[in-house]
Amino acid sequence: MNRIRPLEARKASPLLVSLSAVVLGIIAGCVFILLIGKNPFDGFEKILFGALSSRRRIGNTLGMSTQLILIGLSVSFAFKTGLFNIGASGQMLVGGIAGSILAYYLPMDMPRVIYIPVIVIAAAAAGGIWGFISGLLKAKFNVHEVVSTIMLNWIAYWMVYDFIPRFIIDPTISVKSKPIPLEHTLRAEWLREATGFSTLNYGFFIAIIMTVAVWFILKKTTLGFSLKAVGSNRFCAEYAGIKVSSSIMISMAIAGALSGLAGLTYYCGYSEIMEMGKMPNEGFDGIAVALLGNCSPAGSFFAAIFFGILKMGRGSLAATGIPTEIADTIIATVIYFTATNVLLSAFWNGRFQRSFEKKEEAVSYALKAAGDMRCASDLSRKEFDELAKKGRKLMKEVR
Amino acid sequence: MLGIRKEFPGIIANDDITLQVREGEIHAILGENGAGKSTLMSILFGLYHADRGVIRIRGKEVSIKSPNDAFSLGIGMVHQHFQLVHNFTVAENIILGKEGGFVYDIHRASKRIKDISERYGLSIEPDMVIEDITVGMQQRVEILKMLYRDADILIFDEPTAVLTPQEISELMEIMRGLAAEGKSIILITHKLDEIKRVADRCTVIRRGRLVGVVDVQSTSASEMASMMVGRPVSFKVEKAPSNPGPAILRIEDLSVMSSRHVLGVKNFSLDVHAGEIVGIAGVDGNGQSELIEAITGLRHAESGRIFFKDADITSMPIRKRNELGLGHIPEDRQKRGLILGATLTDNMVIKEFYKEGFSHHGILDYPRIHDYAERIIEKFDVRSGEGAESLAGKLSGGNQQKAIIGREITGEPDLLIAVQPTRGLDVGAIEFIHTQLVKERDAGKAVLLVSFELDEIFNLADRIAVINAGRLIDVVRTDETDVDSVGLMMAGIKASGGER
Ligand SMILES: Nc1ncnc2c1ncn2[C@@H]1O[C@H](COP(=O)(O)OP(=O)(O)OP(=O)(O)O)[C@@H](O)[C@H]1O
Ligand SMILES: [Mg+2]
Repeated sequence: MNRIRPLEARKASPLLVSLSAVVLGIIAGCVFILLIGKNPFDGFEKILFGALSSRRRIGNTLGMSTQLILIGLSVSFAFKTGLFNIGASGQMLVGGIAGSILAYYLPMDMPRVIYIPVIVIAAAAAGGIWGFISGLLKAKFNVHEVVSTIMLNWIAYWMVYDFIPRFIIDPTISVKSKPIPLEHTLRAEWLREATGFSTLNYGFFIAIIMTVAVWFILKKTTLGFSLKAVGSNRFCAEYAGIKVSSSIMISMAIAGALSGLAGLTYYCGYSEIMEMGKMPNEGFDGIAVALLGNCSPAGSFFAAIFFGILKMGRGSLAATGIPTEIADTIIATVIYFTATNVLLSAFWNGRFQRSFEKKEEAVSYALKAAGDMRCASDLSRKEFDELAKKGRKLMKEVR
Repeated sequence: MLGIRKEFPGIIANDDITLQVREGEIHAILGENGAGKSTLMSILFGLYHADRGVIRIRGKEVSIKSPNDAFSLGIGMVHQHFQLVHNFTVAENIILGKEGGFVYDIHRASKRIKDISERYGLSIEPDMVIEDITVGMQQRVEILKMLYRDADILIFDEPTAVLTPQEISELMEIMRGLAAEGKSIILITHKLDEIKRVADRCTVIRRGRLVGVVDVQSTSASEMASMMVGRPVSFKVEKAPSNPGPAILRIEDLSVMSSRHVLGVKNFSLDVHAGEIVGIAGVDGNGQSELIEAITGLRHAESGRIFFKDADITSMPIRKRNELGLGHIPEDRQKRGLILGATLTDNMVIKEFYKEGFSHHGILDYPRIHDYAERIIEKFDVRSGEGAESLAGKLSGGNQQKAIIGREITGEPDLLIAVQPTRGLDVGAIEFIHTQLVKERDAGKAVLLVSFELDEIFNLADRIAVINAGRLIDVVRTDETDVDSVGLMMAGIKASGGER
C-alpha cells in the first residue's frame, strides 16, 4: 500500500501530544526564570546537573522515580479499567507500614532471597486490600471510588499514626519509626557501590517488572480483556457475561497493590523510616504521571523518570538564586497542558491538515501544468511528494 | 453540495457525490449500509471537512467548519444516535450551547419552546427531563432544537429506526408541515415505503458514489431498491413450513419489575420450540424489554420461572446462560451490543474470549481471534475502513448491527433472541439476515423475535405472541391470522371478542 494517507488520518499521536506538553512546560519555566531576571539556560543546566551529572545523582533520580513509576502504573491501570484511583497515598502508607513492621520483626538472619519476596508480597497485599475495599464499596454499595479512596487515605494516615508508636517507634525521636537496618531495606550493597551510595534500590527493578506485567495483563490476558471491557462499556460487558462487580474489585485491588509496592520502595528502600502525620505527596504526583504517560505502562515509566529528574534537579537550582519552586511550576504547567490535551491535539491536527491541503494544492497545480488529468488522491506517495515539490516551485515562479 | 469527496483511512466514504435540494422539498437519500450517507450529512453539518467539493446554499458558496457555522447558515441535524443530555430538561437541552452570555433566561426560552411546539404540533413540555420521556418524544426534542435555532434546512438521519409505526406517522405529518412552510428536509432512511410516503425526490448512492436522482412519484420501491443494491431485491423470505421439535425455552408465569418499579411483565407464559421462530408483537414499551432482559439475565425475575433446555435459568448468571447456548441480539446496539472504543476483533469475541480456542491458560490467542473475526466480517459483509482492526465506533450504524448479528449467529446458539434485528439495515442486508434467521430455524434452532414492525413478524414468525401492558394476550399461528387481528390484540383486544 503506497497510497497517500487521507486528510482524516493526519492526526497527532498521544506521544506527540505528551511531548508538546513537556516542551510547553519547559518554555513556561524559561519565561518564569526570565521574569525574575535570571538566565533560563543556567536554570535548566542546573536541573540536569543536579539530576544526572554523576552516577550518584542518576541513582538518586532513578530512586526517586521508582515510586512515581509504580504509582503512575497504579493510576493508569485503574483508569484503563474505568476507575479513578486517587487513593494511591493511602495505599502507599499501608504498603509501607506493612513492610516496615515486617522489617522490624522478621529475624535479621533470614536469607535475603526469602526476606525480599516476603515483604514484597506483604506490601502488595496490604495495598491490594486497601484498593479492594474501595472496589467493594463501589461494586456493592455504589460508593464512588473517588470518595472512598480519599476517605481510606485518611484511615491509612491515622492507622500509621497509631502503628508507629505501637510497633516500631524510634525511642530517641518519638515521631518517627526506628530506621530499618540496611540488610532489611530494599537497598543492595552492589547497587549502592555502583551508584556512589545513592538511594537506588531493588525497588527500581520491581518497577520495571511491574511495567512489563501491567502491559502484559492489559494487552495479552483474558483478565485484562474483561477488565478493559468493563472499563469501556460496562453495559456491554454485563451483556457479554462478564461479572462487572468482581471486575471492579479485582481492578481496584491490583491498582492498590501497585501503590502498596510504591509504599514499600519508598519507605523501605528510598528512605528507611516512616514519619507520623505525613501524607505522601507521591499519591497525587502519580495522577500527573499517568496523565502525561497517556495511561499506558511505558508512558507512565518515562513520564515518571521525567518528573523524577525535575524533582531531583530542583535542589541544585538554589545555587543560582532561582527559587526551587520553578521546578514545581514546570511540573504544574506540564500537568496543565496534558490535562488540556484536546487543545494540543486540535492544534497539531490543524497544522497537519493545513500543510497537507497546501501540498495537495501544489500537486494539483503541477498536474494541471503538465496537462495530467489524474487527481491528487490517485497518486502514489512518491509521485505525490515529487509533484508537491514541483508544484511549489512552479507556483513561486508565477508569483 | 457538488463533487464532495471524503476519504477515511482505508475507505473512500464519499466519492464525487453531488446532492441538490430545493426549497420546500423533502429529499430522500437512499444507500446501502456504509454507502456514506451519514458522512455526507456530517460534512454538510460541519462535523467533517470534505477533502474536495463545494457547498452552495442559495447559490452562494459557503465554508462550513463547525456545527456552529452550520447553525448560522440555518442547517440543523437530527443524528442517527441522539445527542441529548439525559438528566437535563427539554428546555435546558434545547438552549444548550446557545445560552447567549452568562445568564440565560430559561423562562423566555421555555415560552418560545412552547410556541414552536404548538405551531408544529410537536406536543413537547419544556420542563420534562429527557430520561423520563419516550424515544419518539426525544426525537421531537431534537427537531425542536433545530427549529429553535431557526434552521430551514433540516437533516434527519434515520429518524424512524427507533420509532413505533404510530410515531412514524406523526413524524411524517410533522415533516410535511415543515416542508409546506418552505423548509427543506433531507431524509435518510432505509424504509422505501417512507420515501414513497413523504419524499419528493430521492438521491441514490452506492459505495460512496452517486447512482442517480429519481422522482419518487414515478419510481417504484423495487426500482429504487435495485438501484441502490445493484441487483433485484426480494422483500419476502422464502421459507418452508416449520417443523417444530421439543420446547427449548419455557417461560412459566413470569413477572418482572420495570425500571419504574412497576410490574413490566405480568404472569407471562410462553414456550418456544426447536425449529420455529416465535415473534413477539406489541407496541414498544409494553414489557418486551423487561421480558427479554429477564430471559437473558440482565434483569432479575420477580416471580415465575424460566427453563432453557430443561435447566432452570431463572437466576443463573449471564455467562452460564450464554454457555448453555443462548444468543442475544440486543435492542440497543451502542449501549449493550458493542464496545465502541474497542476494535471489531475484540468485539467479535466479547462473549467467548476466555474459552479454550481463543485463549490458553488465561493468555489470549490473538491470531486465532483475528481469524475468527475476519470470518464473521467476511460472511456478514461488515464494511469498514480497516477491516477487523477498525474501531467499532467508526462503523456505520448498519454495519455495527451486522457485526452484532454476525457474532451472535456464529456463536451457534440453540436459542437466538433477536430484538429488532434489522433496525437500521438496508433492504439487501435485511433480506440476507432474514434468510439467515430462517436457516437457523431450519437447522433446528429456536428463534425468539421481537419486532415493532408487523411486516417483519409476519414475514418471519411461525407463531406470533402478542404482548400488551406486560401480559400475553394470545399466541396464534401466523398462517391462521392476519395483520388486523394482531393489530387489535396489540391494543389489548383479544380476537375471540371480550377485552383481556
Ligand atoms: N470517523 C470515521 N473513521 C473511519 N471511518 C469512518 C468514519 N466514519 C465513517 N467511516 C466509514 O465510512 C463509511 C461510510 O459511513 P457512513 O456512516 O457515512 O455510512 P451510512 O451510509 O450512513 O451507513 P448506515 O446506513 O449503515 O448508517 C463506512 O464504511 C464507515 O466505516
Ligand atoms: Mg448512517
